[in-house]
Amino acid sequence: MTSPYVLTVNGTDRTVEDAWLGESLLYVLRERLGLPGSKAGCEQGECGSCSVELDGELVCSCLVLSASAVGTRIVTVEGLQPERGEFTDVQQAFVDEGAVKCGFCTPGLIMAVHDLLDRRPEPSDLEVREAISGNLCRCTGYGRVFAAVEAAVAIRRAGSGVEATT
Amino acid sequence: MTTVETGRVTTGAPPSGAVGASARRPDGGPKVRGEFSFSGDLWSDGMVWGATLRSPHASARIRAIDVSAALAIPGVITVVTADDVPGSKFYGLEHRDQPVFAWELVRYAGEPVAAVAADHPETARRALAAIEVDYELTEPVLDPEVALAGEPLHPDGNVFRELWVRKGDPDVRGEFVVEGTYELGMQDQAFMGPEAGLASPADDGGIDLVVSTQWLHNDRDQIAECLALAPEKVRLTLGGVGGAFGAREDVSLQIHASLLASVTGRPVKMVYSREESFLGHVHRHPGRLWMRHSADRDGKIVSYEARIVLDGGAYRSSSYHVVANAACFSAGPYNTPNAVVVGFGVRTNNPPCGAMRGFGAVQVCFAHEAQMDRLADAIGMDRIELRILNAMAPGDTLLTGQIITGALPVADVIRATAALPMPPAASSDPMARPGGAGRTTDATDVVRATGFAVGFKNLMYAEGYDDDSHAACRIEGGVVTITCAAAEVGQGFVTLCQQFGREILGVDDVVVAPADTSIGSAGSTSASRQTMMSGGAVEKACRLVRAQIVEQVAASSGADPDHLAFAEGRVVSVEGPVAVAVDLAELTAEHPYEAMARHQHRTTYPLDADGQGDAHVSMACAAHRAVVDVDPELGLVRVVQLATAQDVGKVLNPTAALGQIEGGIAQGVGLATMEEIILVDGKPRNPSFTDYLIPTALDMPEVAVEWIEVPEPDAPFGAKGIGEPPVISSTPAVVAAIRAATGRPLVRVPVRPTDIVGLTS
Repeated sequence: MTSPYVLTVNGTDRTVEDAWLGESLLYVLRERLGLPGSKAGCEQGECGSCSVELDGELVCSCLVLSASAVGTRIVTVEGLQPERGEFTDVQQAFVDEGAVKCGFCTPGLIMAVHDLLDRRPEPSDLEVREAISGNLCRCTGYGRVFAAVEAAVAIRRAGSGVEATT
Repeated sequence: MTTVETGRVTTGAPPSGAVGASARRPDGGPKVRGEFSFSGDLWSDGMVWGATLRSPHASARIRAIDVSAALAIPGVITVVTADDVPGSKFYGLEHRDQPVFAWELVRYAGEPVAAVAADHPETARRALAAIEVDYELTEPVLDPEVALAGEPLHPDGNVFRELWVRKGDPDVRGEFVVEGTYELGMQDQAFMGPEAGLASPADDGGIDLVVSTQWLHNDRDQIAECLALAPEKVRLTLGGVGGAFGAREDVSLQIHASLLASVTGRPVKMVYSREESFLGHVHRHPGRLWMRHSADRDGKIVSYEARIVLDGGAYRSSSYHVVANAACFSAGPYNTPNAVVVGFGVRTNNPPCGAMRGFGAVQVCFAHEAQMDRLADAIGMDRIELRILNAMAPGDTLLTGQIITGALPVADVIRATAALPMPPAASSDPMARPGGAGRTTDATDVVRATGFAVGFKNLMYAEGYDDDSHAACRIEGGVVTITCAAAEVGQGFVTLCQQFGREILGVDDVVVAPADTSIGSAGSTSASRQTMMSGGAVEKACRLVRAQIVEQVAASSGADPDHLAFAEGRVVSVEGPVAVAVDLAELTAEHPYEAMARHQHRTTYPLDADGQGDAHVSMACAAHRAVVDVDPELGLVRVVQLATAQDVGKVLNPTAALGQIEGGIAQGVGLATMEEIILVDGKPRNPSFTDYLIPTALDMPEVAVEWIEVPEPDAPFGAKGIGEPPVISSTPAVVAAIRAATGRPLVRVPVRPTDIVGLTS
């Protein structure tokens, strides 16, 4: 077991106690910090279901040793929306456009699309495909996901940013 | 007909979230926020972790199992083997032939031998490594042709089913004859959310299990048998399911987790890794199929013969019925007056195979569509014209002699698919070339070509199975609650429940209760059956509640019951002398109305010795046209576009239907171009997403869809199940296009670069 260490997750300092040093950031988020939004689909960085932001960079949390993330700013899917019950523009677009089916890949895709649109507000079709090609989805064939990205771009273009819904 | 152009719904959607509208999923919000609880997200006080020890060998005798070193590891709570199974030591979806844990023989690589419970998943992993199993290796039987003639690998023998289908005159031949042998590799369902569940011991000595599955009640019965418990003491609740596609129809960790919870007296969580997921569920049957067709000069099919061999692996799972589907639908949706078909499902020492989306129809469609192209070419006919000429229609007979009574617009789906717009010319962006920017394809080497295919299959269960589903509807305070044990695995059944409730009872607020075993079985989420079976039960339950309310309002108001309608949360009179406007929230505030319904489809019958009989309920068809770009020198393929028209009965939710079609096409493209579990000595060599490839966003073609709406009799709102047809003929369409681009026969899927460049025969 390691000494306690502190992770900064979604703007809050969280102490991790009694952990095994070999635990991934994904495991610690899910099993120790009560944040199961990031999913374990392959645990080898292929499926993107566990995507989180580490100091603003999109990473597969399954490939990050948890204790090595001390001192970084970690944002998970649970930290995207300001309040429970609200949606970000990307989340809203996914719901509206039918981009969600089983939903297991969805949190990772939401993180990846936020990352893309924050860097490239008007991505081309191929840029969208490339940006989410590290996020495997088995239900949708990606068609409605592309539609959701298009809708999110339109929401941002309209300048509405984060939308609150009921 | 409603037209959808490349990914954009153009129809004007009906208002509200009723039938025909693109209603949003009720679970969409929680899923995008990461708040939806999947079965692997569960946690309980005092919980421990379960893990499974699996055989590394495809065939071996177990001389001894020593668990003492594992038990000595701090944090290990228990180790269980076959000796600890208190009830039946066998389980199985349709036939109990698979050991809960192997004890004398292991028959495939990945077969469970023991399970542990420990305080941490890493402790559990170490405990598995410390269990000593003394294996005496035996020669595995890996070729189904060898197994057919060889020594039995199991007391039940090696033939899961041998099914002959004979129709018409076996000796008649047409002028033009074509034959071929075709092969399919082993495809995996590769759902994204690995198997997971949380089993908790209950105060009454029973087990409460939250699990991802396709069929709660069937799991419950198998667990109860193996744990020697009464079925009512095993209570299952559906955990969030991360996709299924057939792979969750068989039990995976359900019995192991329940047994560990029972032995330890503590809640036990089990979550498979991706590798274990590949080892721990059934796959699509690999197959070898020989077919010979003959036709007359006009292109009419005269005769058809086939021999279909499907490798079922070590245990039966659903092989018996996969063989039936393969044999019954092996000629495709074409009138075939004379036929002799034999289908085999064979036991080998390969991993067990069972249900995957398309269920037998996928394998035969790959073969019969290659045959149709060969036949048209031999006669010198247009390939699409030949298909239209022979297309089945209601009133025609299947190979089984059954007369088609429901909708089956085969010629319409062919014509509509052929008429969909072609994709734009190739982009100049290197990323859009076969192999992408990282490869060396030169734009001048790329050949564009088109292929076409048509497929069909049955909907719902067959051969006399007494299929049913149960649902309950309750309205209180104007809020409707639907309860049904149907497994939502991503397909959108929960949305459909809400739409039916809104349509029939005219309210916006429809809640879908959790699926569990407290209500009667809904059957499996498979065979494209839940829209029709559980949708049928939900529709009936809602209509029963509606009838109760109509009776009440008519009696209290004096209005004619036929003059009452439900809309915007009220019961109103739409004609007649009595004005009625009853608020449903007020009416049901004090006095809820509720009803339970059971839905059955019409009776089906077993097949006789010649494979004849009314064995199937409904059929659905689709056609696919694929456009591919191929680099014939590098063996690289980019699928550019899939166009499809599908027989859907009635579109209940355009966005959801489109998603089902696009998702199915992705799996069909995957089988055509990349997906195969590679077996060496019976052992899967690529059980990971690094090595088992599924289509990414860059692999996915543009999709053009048209749906053909011919209402299906006795189906809710005329709707057919739509999940399977997209995966059936998309694969042969893609391969036909690659054949056209390369001139090579390409009789095996997935098509590999070595096949395209001619390094394999």
